Amino acid sequence: MSEMSSNIILVILVTSFATYLSRFLGVVSSEKIDAKSKIFRWFNCIAYSILAALIARIVIFPAGVLEEADLWLRLIVIIISIIIFIISKKNLVYPTVLSAILLTLLNNYL
Amino acid sequence: MINSKYFFQGFKSVKSFDSPAFALGASFIAIGALLKDIGFNLEQSIFSTFLTYALPGSLVMAESFLVGASLINIFLAVWLVNARLYPMTVSLMPLLLHKSQPRWKYYLSCHFIAVSAWLIMKSNYQSIEKKYRIDFWMGIGTGTWSIAIVSTIIGFLVSDYLNKDMMIGLAIVNPVYFACMMVGAMKSLQINLSIILGAILGPLFFFVSPEWSILYGGVLAGTLAYFVGEFK
Repeated sequence: MSEMSSNIILVILVTSFATYLSRFLGVVSSEKIDAKSKIFRWFNCIAYSILAALIARIVIFPAGVLEEADLWLRLIVIIISIIIFIISKKNLVYPTVLSAILLTLLNNYL
Repeated sequence: MINSKYFFQGFKSVKSFDSPAFALGASFIAIGALLKDIGFNLEQSIFSTFLTYALPGSLVMAESFLVGASLINIFLAVWLVNARLYPMTVSLMPLLLHKSQPRWKYYLSCHFIAVSAWLIMKSNYQSIEKKYRIDFWMGIGTGTWSIAIVSTIIGFLVSDYLNKDMMIGLAIVNPVYFACMMVGAMKSLQINLSIILGAILGPLFFFVSPEWSILYGGVLAGTLAYFVGEFK
């Protein structure tokens, strides 16, 4: 095995360990937490907030290729997609398929 | 050992009307293409999604690897971005715990905790008898995880045929999908406030600390929402 590929394997192992750690500690803590308790509701709020914060950050301060589309284009596509999601009675396929097509076209022609 | 009726009911929920399959697929096609781009071979790309299966962590790994970050740096960066999995696990597992079920199921299936599977389980658990929720969850997890792995392979194989604009189009699918699922989850004052405040405070804290913005913004927003909801 070359040095490059053993390096990649190590990177993957480190990444998966760093990821599994939070899940594992979460299960350990869960053993003592009742689903009706206040602490459960508090963690529930935090979980939703962190997800919302993550999504907002991906859209507003993206890393990677998304940076190359203008901020207002990204925001327009997100808003239109949410409107489609609501009108289509919570169908996830329409907004996601259309968002990819819409951003590709807008970024190409604007 | 695993109740197959509930397992397959969960497994099949990934292809329902509000199916995440396309969004999840598109997101991991982008990951497959990205991993090929930074020099991973096919086996390594599969291995990566197989073992990590949490999208933001894979993105951080790819970026860090590209700039030649050390293993310690990669560990910290990934741990930070995936630390959200801790509150996600704590707010999911108590709903699935049942004393008749063996513990290994929980420690094994927590690997499936990622935004898509978590949100599907959160919106469906009430319809499943508590004793069998863990089997239903393992079905959802296996379903979404399989889509992720297959899509990583597709992304790796088709990446040569994707141009820049198509890659940008694929990259928006993931946040659009997450945003729609969050809007769908807005059913109580506490959750609505958590989501709205999180979306505002997360980006604001970016100006304080880019690395910590999600955790700082998320914990503060969630705590505020919790107190408003409890004491209104």
